[in-house]
Amino acid sequence: MAEQSVTMAPGTGGRRTEWLAPLARRAEGVVLPVAALIAGFALFALFLLMLGKSPVDFYELVYKAGFGTAFSWQNTLSRAAPLLFAALCVALPARLGLVVIGGEGAIVLGGTATGALGVCLAGTPGVVGLPLMALGGALTGALWIGAVGALRHYRGVNETIASLLMAYIGIALMNFLVEGPLRDPASLNKPSTAPLPRSLQVGDIPGMDVHWGLIVALVCCVLTWVLIERTSWGFAARIAGGNVRAAQVQGLPVGRLIVGFTALGGAFAGLAGFYEVAAVQGSANASLAAGYGYTGILIAFLARQNPLAIIPVAILLAGFEASSGLVQRRMDLPDATILVLKAVVFVVILVSDTLYGRFRLFSPERWRTR
Amino acid sequence: MTAALHAKTPAPGGALAVETVGMTMRFGGFTALDDVSIRIAPGTLHALLGENGAGKSTLVKCMMGFYHASSGQLMVAGREAPVADPRQAHALGLGMVYQHFTLVPSLTAAENLVISREDAPRVIDWRRETAALEEFMARMPFRVPLGQPVSALAAGEKQKLEILKQLYLGRRFLILDEPTSVLTPDEADEVLGHVKALCSAGEITVLMITHKFREVTAFADDVSVLRRGRLVGQGRVADLSHARMAAMMMGEATLPAPAARHGTPGEVVLAVEGAVAPDRSGLKEISVDDLKVRAGEIVGIAGISGNGQMEFMEMLTGQRALISGGMQVNGTPYHATRGEQRRLAIRTLPEEPLRNACAPRMSVAENIAFRSFDAKGAGGKGAPSSFWLNRRQMRKRGEALVAGFKVRTTSVDAPIAALSGGNVQRAVLARELSGDVDLLIISNPCFGLDFAAVSEIRTRIMAARNAGTAVLLMSEDLDEILELSDRVLVMSEGRIVYEVPAAEADIPTLGSHMGGHHMGGHA
Repeated sequence: MAEQSVTMAPGTGGRRTEWLAPLARRAEGVVLPVAALIAGFALFALFLLMLGKSPVDFYELVYKAGFGTAFSWQNTLSRAAPLLFAALCVALPARLGLVVIGGEGAIVLGGTATGALGVCLAGTPGVVGLPLMALGGALTGALWIGAVGALRHYRGVNETIASLLMAYIGIALMNFLVEGPLRDPASLNKPSTAPLPRSLQVGDIPGMDVHWGLIVALVCCVLTWVLIERTSWGFAARIAGGNVRAAQVQGLPVGRLIVGFTALGGAFAGLAGFYEVAAVQGSANASLAAGYGYTGILIAFLARQNPLAIIPVAILLAGFEASSGLVQRRMDLPDATILVLKAVVFVVILVSDTLYGRFRLFSPERWRTR
Repeated sequence: MTAALHAKTPAPGGALAVETVGMTMRFGGFTALDDVSIRIAPGTLHALLGENGAGKSTLVKCMMGFYHASSGQLMVAGREAPVADPRQAHALGLGMVYQHFTLVPSLTAAENLVISREDAPRVIDWRRETAALEEFMARMPFRVPLGQPVSALAAGEKQKLEILKQLYLGRRFLILDEPTSVLTPDEADEVLGHVKALCSAGEITVLMITHKFREVTAFADDVSVLRRGRLVGQGRVADLSHARMAAMMMGEATLPAPAARHGTPGEVVLAVEGAVAPDRSGLKEISVDDLKVRAGEIVGIAGISGNGQMEFMEMLTGQRALISGGMQVNGTPYHATRGEQRRLAIRTLPEEPLRNACAPRMSVAENIAFRSFDAKGAGGKGAPSSFWLNRRQMRKRGEALVAGFKVRTTSVDAPIAALSGGNVQRAVLARELSGDVDLLIISNPCFGLDFAAVSEIRTRIMAARNAGTAVLLMSEDLDEILELSDRVLVMSEGRIVYEVPAAEADIPTLGSHMGGHHMGGHA
């Protein structure tokens, strides 16, 4: 972060500029987040030193627990699925200039809807029941976050605050439902909906201990990238995100774009809830509020709201989460240590956002004016 | 001729005499202020008139020490007074009231007054301060409730408080920058009445920037008129008619020759009927009863900024919902949706294109594609829509239009914010003028552009007209309106108040309508 002026003499000759320029433009979006990530790790290392722990041991342990073995990779990947969905719920509205940070609410309610539908659909074959449950979860999430977009566009309610507060409402609603109307009387210690029958559970990818949600989430990331970068709807959304006045003058349906994109983001978060219930927990309960929605914010920002970049970043963060247990046991550090690491990285990422366009290296139009 | 008649013996500590001598301000090669000498006699209210960009703001900024004049002096109370910064101007007793309020809304009037003092103590003894403030208020000819938060005050009260603040701070020469632009006419009259009374009482001297002739006639003693940085007229208000002031402001001898044109107007393309919408403040209404623009004509709407042009533009571009009435294009109702815009070939050039017509961080090619990205081919009139983007075509079209409209950029991949103002406008023009255009809606297209860009952009607009496009041009630059228009309309206080064929337009009449004097304009 300390580097104030990156001075390099890029070729000013016409032909070299021609192929260097697009490269330089793209590099900014990769170099700055990676630099910020490294800076965040370094700061966290200081924090560990303050606690009298060895940063080297820590990062080594995180690597081993998250990515060291086939087993740890499976652990990491099965945590990555909800994170991918949660990050999409941030990245999609972000392309319209909206900072939505309440994906957690949509995850929790999507999961609750899945659990409730599972009870209703008990006895139907999986081919029928599972798509219906997935649809139910996605729709619930879409309504929840779509409402945030609608409040923003039609009533001028700040979407960041609204989505955050609605997440608390969503969690309370889930608790009320699983402890009340939807509670399985047999669930004594941990109030839950009735366990899903085997036929209504999502299985694992053959040969792996990871459920199908990962594949679906990866496909969703790719499709979202295609939507944003390769279709006219995505382009229209980027115009609206870039300058809403310009979008209005162009006659673009800004309201529909905002509600549509926020709802789609919410649908992805709802799907995360669906997989948590149908593939991991087997029923809807308070474990749904595991903080995936919040980690998703960090991932989306690290990935610069790019759905393809979300994939590696989500896997990295899933590795951190997977390692937290081991870190706690081996290094005698509290469970919250990984939270501190995430927070440090997030703050550094936010700070790095102010550095875009500051470096001549990445702006070919300024090369000549040296 | 000058204000000597008004000179009174200033009471000690009372109104100051202020004079600028040969004030000149250059920004690079551009002379914003050229040898301006104005004498403002103590205890008078002196009006400063001029169009946008005439140099009024530059002059007062030089007087207040925000700018350092390239040459010329400021004389205060007959003595040369170098003003290096606003602090020194304050120390001399010079103060300024800005167009927009500078009060803290959540604090009370009393708190606002106390914190504005440079010597405000760290720990404030409120009992003593309140007593002092009440004693101060008792001496004032008008009052503002001290205990209420400023946000609870009406606009007129806030403006009175701004003036009281200056008096409280011991200022004896006030510059008021369009003090009534945020006030209703009644509030304006009340506030200016008080200001005038303070001047007559020899308490203060006032220099007031304004656009409104009515206020000049009703309240000012003397007037100075700036045009293109020069002092072009001066005199006692009592000796000057509105027509005369307008003529000074607009420059009588410089009626620009209308640009060459051919063809005669055809069918009505745009018709606005009884369209009403709220203005920015929500207090007043913009109301356009009957406006028609025909194919192959340019209809120019002249007006001083802030008279509803911005809101009317937003009504035409679907950004401001109508309360009643409507718009028709080619005889069918028009709501400014994208589908209608494409079917009817309607294009728009809003003012300040980077702010209103571009996504600054998107590339030049992408910005040029705003009209065509969701259509097959070049997105011409009635092109079928397309779900997939054709990025290769987008880039190729961008490159072709950048070359055709001479947009200077390192590459079409550069973010459009990296371009200069003229080149942003050229890029937007390339986007909006390519293909068939049946109706073109334009607002201040040449704001802040250099001479070459201006003439090129006007040529393009005229070419569109000659090709049969109906053009609605809103501009604060009267020269631009007169050069381009076939018909000239004047907008004032949210209404179209005057219409004249461009060939018969004369500047004094236009000016007095623009100045908000619709009844007696011909007097």
